[in-house]
Formats: sequence, C-alpha cells, structure tokens
Amino acid sequence: MTNTLHRYGSPESLRDDYVVFAMSTRANAEGCVPRLRAFLEIAQKHGPVNLGTGKQGGFHRPSPHLTPLVHWRRDGGLTAAEVIAGVDAPTVVCAVFEELDRVRAFLAELRERDLGLSVNVSGLTDEARRAAAAAGLVRHSVEFSLGFCLGQTDRMPDRRTLELATMCGHGMISFGLVDKLVLLVKEGRRTPAEASRCLARFCSCGVFNLARAERLLEAARAGR
Amino acid sequence: MRIDPRKCVACGNCVAVCPMGAIAIDPVSHRAVVDADECVECYSCYRGMSREHLPPAVVRAIRGIARLARFRFDPEPDVCPTGAFTETELSWPRTLRRAFSDPVVPHESTGLAGRGTEEVKTNDVTGRVRRGEAGFTVEFGRPGIGARFRDIDRVTRALAAAGARFEQANPVTSLMSDPAAGRIREDILGEKVLSAIVELKTPMASVPEILRALRAVAGGVETVICLGVSARCDAGGDTELAEVLRAEGFAFWRGKTNLGLGRPLWGDAA
Repeated sequence: MTNTLHRYGSPESLRDDYVVFAMSTRANAEGCVPRLRAFLEIAQKHGPVNLGTGKQGGFHRPSPHLTPLVHWRRDGGLTAAEVIAGVDAPTVVCAVFEELDRVRAFLAELRERDLGLSVNVSGLTDEARRAAAAAGLVRHSVEFSLGFCLGQTDRMPDRRTLELATMCGHGMISFGLVDKLVLLVKEGRRTPAEASRCLARFCSCGVFNLARAERLLEAARAGR
Repeated sequence: MRIDPRKCVACGNCVAVCPMGAIAIDPVSHRAVVDADECVECYSCYRGMSREHLPPAVVRAIRGIARLARFRFDPEPDVCPTGAFTETELSWPRTLRRAFSDPVVPHESTGLAGRGTEEVKTNDVTGRVRRGEAGFTVEFGRPGIGARFRDIDRVTRALAAAGARFEQANPVTSLMSDPAAGRIREDILGEKVLSAIVELKTPMASVPEILRALRAVAGGVETVICLGVSARCDAGGDTELAEVLRAEGFAFWRGKTNLGLGRPLWGDAA
C-alpha cells in the first residue's frame, strides 16, 4: 500500500513529518509478529507522535459504541502498549516522528537490533538519507514522489486542505471534513489539537502526523 | 453502503466525512442518502465515524426544538448519533469498489491490504526493482476524486504502447484481459474506486519515454494521477534516477527510503 508516498507540501511544510515503517514480505512473513511488535516497542522509546498498525490504526481510533457520557474523555487515545498488543498477524507497522534527531536515534537502534524486516523512511529524501547515514545505514532503494502532477489537477482543493487530507494516504480523510474542522478551529469551537485528533481517527493505519496537523491548523487559525 | 432512514436524524455529519462527496440530505425525506454510483464503498463513514446508539425519536425531538429556538447545536463532527450506517452485501463487479477503496480489505490478487502493492518497500528482500531498472507507481483517483477503470484503461494502453511491462503481483494487472496491451476487462470499466495503483518497470534508459507517454495521455482523463518512480541504489546509496527525473522537468523532495534491513537480503547486495 502506498499510504505515505504522496503527502502534499513544500519541503518547509514537511520538515516535521517522518514516517518510519516496517513490513514483512512473503519470504520472511513466517514468525514476523514478534519482530513487528519489537519494532513498535523500540519506536515508542523514541517519542513518536503516532504509532500504528496497518489494519487497526494509531493512537486515536473511532469507537463503534460511543455514548454521550464518554465524549469528554475521548481525547486520551490508546497507549503505545495497547497499540503494540494489537499486532497479531503480518501487517505494516509504523511510527511517525516530528523530529529528525529522534528518527536518527531510532534507526541506529533498529540497525543494532537487526529485526530482519524491511524498514523504510517516508519523508524528505535527502534528510532521510542523512539520518540513515548517521545511523550507519546506506539506502538500498528509493522511491521519489513526483506528487499529484498529472490529469485534472484543477479539481484538487487549496494547499491547506491538501496538506491535511493527504496525511492519510488511503484517502480516508475527506476534504469536507478538513474544511469543517478548519472552520471550527477558526471559530474557536475546537482547538487545533482537538481537530487534529478528530482527523487522526479516520486514518486506519496510524500514519497521520498529529503534530504537523496541529501546526497546520494553528496556522490556519492565525490566517497564515 | 446504506443509511437506514428509520435511524437517520439528518444531522449532516456524514455529509462532510465522505471522501467522494457521495452523501447528501434528501430535501424531501429529510434523511441522509448515499449516491450509489459515486460511492466507492471505502467504509470511511461506517468505520471512521464513532457511533452512538441513541433513540432516533429522542434525537429528532431535541434537534427540532433546537432548530425552532434558533439554537446553534455544536455536535462532535465525527459521530453518527444513532448508528444509522448499514453494510450492504456487495456483488461483482461492485466488490471491486471496496477492494480498491477500503484500506483494511486485502486484495485477492496479492493478499495485501491498502492498495495491495509492495513496490520498493520490500525491495531489499524481493529484488523487484534491480540495478539499471526503474519502477513506476501510477496512482489514479487520489486525492479525493476517485477514478473509473475506463480512465485507468486509457492510460495503461498508452503505457503498454510505450513499452511498459506491468507488475504481475498487482491488483490492477490482475484485472487486465490483455496485460501486454494494457487492456482492462470491459465489464468493469464503469466501476469507480477511491484509488488504484498501476505498477510497471522499465530499463532506466526508458524512463523519459514513459514519462512523456504519461504526460501525453493524462490530459484526457477525468481524474488526478500521482506518480512515484523508484530505483535500486548503488553501494554508496546513489542512483542516476534523480538526474533523469530532473532532466524531464520534475521537481521532487519527498519519497520512501528503503534502508536495506530486510532479511534474507536479495542477492545483488554489494
């Protein structure tokens, strides 16, 4: 699944957005669940802003049995331990970071632990390459995103909406919801953090960057 | 997807949530309804919204009083208060919509969820894209527009004519009646999906030709196309691909970096 390749934004807009993910393939899927869990356990030590699994989501998930009485305590989300405990089959696991220093430290520990899973960094390619080098790793392969560049690009919405919506690479975050939440933030009816968590609940694999979203929503509130 | 009219209270929350804009409040029935032709069965409404299970009559009464009093109610934007969404049993070819749109449903052809592709994410183990080659991912429909297979068919035919070899382990390739010609089976051409990724591979020297073929055909499609191009790096982590892409006029700064930590490592490792 190409769920993180194309995220809209300039290099400056993407400076705090790095998704590190691990996956198995047919040749090494057998017995991979403990290694996928180990990846997440190592990741959580380095302070990710989101942590997730391909089928179950990240820290913030929707509830099929919500009651009005729990509205006021929805924002806590899951703990890292709860996310990790949910890995029970081969899948993609991911950790989202807002600081490159944390990515470097995480990659260094991954190299040391040698889990045998394919690990990718999705983000600014030059920065990812430098972070890998600092951890003693040479990139094996690279996939460049040329962006949303062909076809009816005039059907796409404004920059801010794209920056927020494309942080779910599976397209589960609608432009309409982004517009609604930006308006609620501007009206003071939701904080940027609350709106960010609301968007994150629609991302079913946990690659949504809550910190970047909060920054973008704050910028929208301030009219920047 | 269907919205149960007995439960819907026309709060309108789901209207904004639908990535395809396929939900609207019917002005006659005063219930939310799904446009079946535009709905791609992504389940963003069903799974993404939290569900309360409040009694519809009570919610309608409260909403009616609030409306009469011109009281601005401020509901949680991601909640369906009465759990009105109802799954519908899908039959062919509508099942394709969900397979290509709902990220938690695995594709039958590859066994993978999401868009069903591995690309270079596992290239350190699979050796799918080798030295001297370039891998393309041509994604249709995202962000937020969706794509019909007839548009995908138009592009895959053009790519095949330009010499592209389509990846066998790919959900779109599995729907081709003639992969050598890039022809997609006719009975699904009208189906709409949230997004679909075509994967192909070429010698590095053919990258400009493929990019020009894409540019030439893309103007005639009704959706957006996003491109990813990948390569196996040399022992120093370098690849000529970046220069090739720049020479074709593309600017890029983001992507995926495979760190080569998978085991067993594919045999060409330096």
